[in-house]
Amino acid sequence: MSRLIHIQPITRIEGHASIQIQLDDAGDVRDARVNIMSLRGFEKFIEGKPAEEVPRIVNRICGICPWMHHLASNKAVDRCFGVTPPPAAQKLRELMQTIAHAEDKLLHFFFLAAADFVIGPDADYSVRNVIGIAKAHPDLAQKVVRMRHRAKMILERFAGKAIHPIAGVVGGFSKPMLEEDRREILAQMRELLDFALFTLEFAKTKVFPPYLETIQSLGVIRTGFIGTVDETGALNLYDGRVRLMKPDGSFMEFDVQDYADVIGEHVEPYSYAKMPYAKVWNEGFSLDEANPRGIYRANTLARINVADRIATPRAQAELEEFREKFGRPAQATLLYHWARLIEEVYACEHAIELLEDPGICDPHVRAEVEPRAGRGVGSVEAPRGTLIHDYSTDDNGLITRANLIVGTTHNIAPMNLSVKQAAKSIIHKGVVDQGLLNRVEMAVRAYDP
Amino acid sequence: MPVTVASEWLNSCSGCEISLVDLGERLLDVLNLVEFVHIPVLLDHKYFGQTGEKDHLDIPEADVGIISGGIRNEEHAEIAAHMRSRCKVIIALGTCATHGGIPALANGFPVSELLERCFSTETTDDNPRTFDPPVPRLLEVCSALDEHIAVDVSLPGCPPHPDQLFTALSALLQGKAPDLPTKSVCDTCPTVREGKGKLTKLRRFLQNPHYHSPDEPLDKMRCLLEQGFLCMGPVTRAGCGGDAKTPRCIAARVPCRGCYGPVRHDGNPMLDMLNALASNGIDVKSLPEFPSLLRFAGGHRLLRPIRPRKES
Repeated sequence: MSRLIHIQPITRIEGHASIQIQLDDAGDVRDARVNIMSLRGFEKFIEGKPAEEVPRIVNRICGICPWMHHLASNKAVDRCFGVTPPPAAQKLRELMQTIAHAEDKLLHFFFLAAADFVIGPDADYSVRNVIGIAKAHPDLAQKVVRMRHRAKMILERFAGKAIHPIAGVVGGFSKPMLEEDRREILAQMRELLDFALFTLEFAKTKVFPPYLETIQSLGVIRTGFIGTVDETGALNLYDGRVRLMKPDGSFMEFDVQDYADVIGEHVEPYSYAKMPYAKVWNEGFSLDEANPRGIYRANTLARINVADRIATPRAQAELEEFREKFGRPAQATLLYHWARLIEEVYACEHAIELLEDPGICDPHVRAEVEPRAGRGVGSVEAPRGTLIHDYSTDDNGLITRANLIVGTTHNIAPMNLSVKQAAKSIIHKGVVDQGLLNRVEMAVRAYDP
Repeated sequence: MPVTVASEWLNSCSGCEISLVDLGERLLDVLNLVEFVHIPVLLDHKYFGQTGEKDHLDIPEADVGIISGGIRNEEHAEIAAHMRSRCKVIIALGTCATHGGIPALANGFPVSELLERCFSTETTDDNPRTFDPPVPRLLEVCSALDEHIAVDVSLPGCPPHPDQLFTALSALLQGKAPDLPTKSVCDTCPTVREGKGKLTKLRRFLQNPHYHSPDEPLDKMRCLLEQGFLCMGPVTRAGCGGDAKTPRCIAARVPCRGCYGPVRHDGNPMLDMLNALASNGIDVKSLPEFPSLLRFAGGHRLLRPIRPRKES
């Protein structure tokens, strides 16, 4: 008899989603989909607000990556008002964003994802979580909690607020960095780099090896990828040109001001989240798993697939090892976790580079600015993907129109494909249990939605 | 016996939950004293049984229920009511839960306009804009929690400071009511007040405030409102600075926008601020618009759509 299995809510992710799996008469999977349950309407309700206030409103889109929205928004408002922030302000913004990346990846790996590997995908739900990890490995837990907290408190101590930041301002940054701040944060970031290297080594030797077969099979799909690179083709989280790669590895690049020529957004009645797709490929949109059309992915694996290289030495060495093992572009969904830890190393190394530049302490951190009518697109690489804020303003500098493409949404269509693939490969003859359903969720968790 | 805790997030961003994680090593102490029976961000407990086998929502009973986020859709309302029936004490965590928070800015528009705009942006395909279950229907307004269920403890903040969360949770775990600040942000602000002088207009925050050198301490910098910037400190509940007291935005030399909600739970920050400015001889028309003054407290029907003026 056909039936519907409803996993509600998807847990250990940020946000509100559920999975529906439709079984046919034989108990095999006919279809599966991811429902995104929430809509708040930022694109509408920032209309009429003074543009310079918007970076401290839209950060509430996400409490895990508020710096990303804050800074993409600041870039968009700068462009609306036609102002270029002074060099020290750009460096401070980039430093805050880079440290936020470093903190975010530790949070996702240890607090949300690791339990599936460290405790095991089939373990009872009461222990398959970070609290279970803390009880089973108290020393590791203490170290993780301390290091993640330290990264977060750098942001809080220097920039006032770490969650829902306010220090990015139109035209620059709200305060300069003192030499003593620079030295203290530099020392802390060096320690965090050591921890990033420890984490990657720990994952490569202890966490991933028992699951290599699962990693190469669960939720695997074939798609394109999107991410930002600098003028040399190296990974860049803060600024650059956006590269869109096809499943065969060929790619195009575009200026994010032209994003609307490249990206379309598809709507399905089972998801409030829109599904961005590659309009520029002229093949339309399809979630047919045998022949998906227009589908590309964002976030860690996508970024290290589209980048030719990483500009910092430790992360570059890791990228080379990764490519040796898994090729380019690597398609296996659970490799997002591995790619995330390579980016963690890069984020720490790059923060150190930024802090070794004495120019970051230049006291001139804000350019003069007047409200005016204009249009501006701002983007950064959020942990969850290429984040685009696009605003128009009137003569008084109030927002008249906004369009947002949020990092996570690039992966909504791919998540649907991965869930379908995972469900079809592990559910047969109507047999389901908690472990099998958790494996289906693992195909979502890899995307860190 | 550990205290059992059920936790839910409704119309929220997860910032409140991350602020809990920002307890740092104190988090490990808290985890030793409580047993989470339901918390979707950390624990794989499901609403309808672990394999979706039940036909009704089933969150376990708990001593304490923590809810972040306000109520925007039918699912939020259902979960809030169920949490109330299962938990002895309900804590509204964060300003979205206590006053609607930033998402309640949506109350400045009819919900039909919200949906219309979100699904007709320049990059959105011309698809049908209707949604089927299980995607929940949006309610007409975005509400604070206490508009739907009885709330025992309100912990505002966007997000609440980890120090405050630790103090409040520690008290609750001992069965005591938490001792929360009742003053305004100004009462905890170290900047220097000299009187407003000849100020008659406010400036937008398009330049950084004046102070003498990059390392000048905050207690030598003049009050940002007296410098002519809109600062919501006078009408905003204190507490954002945690144990250090100094308001967090002021620490970055940026004016307050009211993220802890009104000083009195049922206050109206927009009216209170406009009254305070007007009674000090400041022309409120120098502000570019007013609805932003309610950006954290648009629940409780305080923020409503502006009706187009009728032609006469």
